[in-house]
Amino acid sequence: MLDALLLQAGYNAALVAIGAALLGFAAGASGTFMFLRKRALVSDAVAHATLPGVGLAFIVMVSLGGDGRNLAGLLLGSAVTAWIGLLVIEWMTRRTRLAEDAAIGAVLGVFFGIGIVLLTVVQTMSAGRQAGLESFLLGSTAGMLLQDAVVIAVGGSLAVLATWLMRRPMTLVAFDSEYAAAAGYDVRRIDLLMMALVMAITVIGLKLVGLILIVALLIIPPVAARFWSERAGRVIWIAGGVGGAAGYLGAAMSASAPALPTGPIIVLVAAAIFVLSLLFAPVRGVLAALLRHRRFQRRVHRRQGLLALAAHHPIREAYTLRLLAREGLVRPDGVPTEAGRAQAAKVARDERRWEVAREIHQDAGLTGRYDGLTPIEEVFTPDEIAEFDRRLGPPVAVGAR
Amino acid sequence: MGPEFVQFSLTPILIGIFASVACALPGNFLILRRQALIGDAISHVVLPGIVVAFLVTGVVAAIPMLLGAAAAAVVAVVLIEAVKRLGSIEPGAAMGVVFTTMFAAGVLILEQTDTSDVHLDVQHALMGNLETLVWFRATGWESLLDPAALATVPDELPRMAVVCALLVACTVVFWRWLKIATFDEGFARALGIPASAVGFGLVIAAAVAAVTAFDAVGSIIVIAMFVCPPAAARLMTNRLAHQVWWSVGFATLSAVLGYVFAGYGPLWFGAENAVSAAGMIAAVSGAILGLACLFGPHRSRVGVGRQEAP
Repeated sequence: MLDALLLQAGYNAALVAIGAALLGFAAGASGTFMFLRKRALVSDAVAHATLPGVGLAFIVMVSLGGDGRNLAGLLLGSAVTAWIGLLVIEWMTRRTRLAEDAAIGAVLGVFFGIGIVLLTVVQTMSAGRQAGLESFLLGSTAGMLLQDAVVIAVGGSLAVLATWLMRRPMTLVAFDSEYAAAAGYDVRRIDLLMMALVMAITVIGLKLVGLILIVALLIIPPVAARFWSERAGRVIWIAGGVGGAAGYLGAAMSASAPALPTGPIIVLVAAAIFVLSLLFAPVRGVLAALLRHRRFQRRVHRRQGLLALAAHHPIREAYTLRLLAREGLVRPDGVPTEAGRAQAAKVARDERRWEVAREIHQDAGLTGRYDGLTPIEEVFTPDEIAEFDRRLGPPVAVGAR
Repeated sequence: MGPEFVQFSLTPILIGIFASVACALPGNFLILRRQALIGDAISHVVLPGIVVAFLVTGVVAAIPMLLGAAAAAVVAVVLIEAVKRLGSIEPGAAMGVVFTTMFAAGVLILEQTDTSDVHLDVQHALMGNLETLVWFRATGWESLLDPAALATVPDELPRMAVVCALLVACTVVFWRWLKIATFDEGFARALGIPASAVGFGLVIAAAVAAVTAFDAVGSIIVIAMFVCPPAAARLMTNRLAHQVWWSVGFATLSAVLGYVFAGYGPLWFGAENAVSAAGMIAAVSGAILGLACLFGPHRSRVGVGRQEAP
């Protein structure tokens, strides 16, 4: 395992790990554009549409007398049908009233069906070397030749390069296509380019993760990355990092044990990163939201408790009482301490200051920020607060009457 | 149409028709609700479902596997909803995250367990085994009236028929609810129709259809039949009832033609072996959809003239 992680588990395994990392990086980065464009599942259709190309390429290569398993030839074939599938989706959504999801589902099911038909044709062909075409469904690094690993590594680097070169127009279109159109970009062409990139990544990843799971590499890293940043530019690189890490770790892990298929492991590593992001990301994560909620709840309870102290009302809410007791503002029996009385007086006075503030400032700009929780010092300057205090008169101690 | 037809082709064709119709019926509403890809998601998560069911029970039996697959479908729907809500992620991406992860987990578990002596593999899950569902005891059309022979029809046939009938019944019984809740959810609520329950029920119905059909014919047909016949029907008419009838017709046509092409088509071209019937049925449904896209009377969007359409 450690050997594999440090690229010491053989030349092929090292190449596969590097190739997977590059592929994951490219897939994550370019998948971000599709995700931000809300078309994540287009990649699913593209991936399934590669299957007939694999079958066709095999049939053509064998009938021309060549070796049907030439990886470059198979990938070329798969790219052709994937491209046709993309154009069909684009044509259907543009020319008919079917929604994009119907077009995606139709292309996915039909192309995959044709692919399966072609695979059964291939199985009955006399050439006995067709074994292994099925490995394109789920990917397989077993029996991978050195040249296959080179194809993946080179293809992955090219895809990363293309993503980097095209990042600006694609970000613009993904984020605000109407603005892009107004700024003079050809949105349709950039969309097609985006999809071409996705298609290229699908094709490169066929051998490694298989056509059913390559979709995961295009969708999961961007979704995970979205939790960590609100800026499109950063999401792209974070998604690339997530995809690259998943590819590298997954490939290394699967090289370390026999019964760990590469594709599923890579996907599961990516999914684990996604779950961690969902739970623990700052701001957008579930845990952060939970903490935010708790903090808010605490502030509301604390303030209500102090107002009750100031008004000499008994506090019956157990949570409020616990909160104030923990801060040493009340004794366990609910009687306010010295510090508690001081705090209560401050809160009550701030409340009266707000009342004065609302009389003076009729506009909602400043007083609209009154939500009962924002400290008045954050909204008004000390001079203004001094003015409110002048109108209010001197402070009154709580309990002094 | 002699005895051989009854023995080898009648049951696969009937199963194909029932499976196609069972998927096309909920597909009509899913398409109109822009949820067409639910079928895609469900057919992917069926694999982990049956693998886990096999691990738990240790046998390859239909009922536990159907239950496992149905449970996986429900888990997937719940997870998709959870990811959507917790992470505020758009539905398509949430779906993509959940079903690919579950599928990967299914493949991994499958590889880790020793299933070499049982018929359980990914390819079977994808392609189904429509061709092998033959009726050995049949001797001709008269077998249809022979109770002894009828008792030996493949289990998949009565199961698929029951599910298909169930879906037809649900469509008829809940027709008004489905129609109103699909087109105008707010109006449905105002009328007191439980719109979200209808939506969830629709997904469950789709899952039941997908799981049963998947067992008999593999997941390709399931994905294609959820989308293609209803989409083609959508381009033929503006009335929901007519659309459903069209989709049933298209689904039946795809199943029959697909099976015939797969079984006899290669012979016409001089080849000897049949090709995958499931794949061919999906391909025929795609051809029908393609024709509908080109020539369907209601193919363009309302309000878009011919010149305007780019």
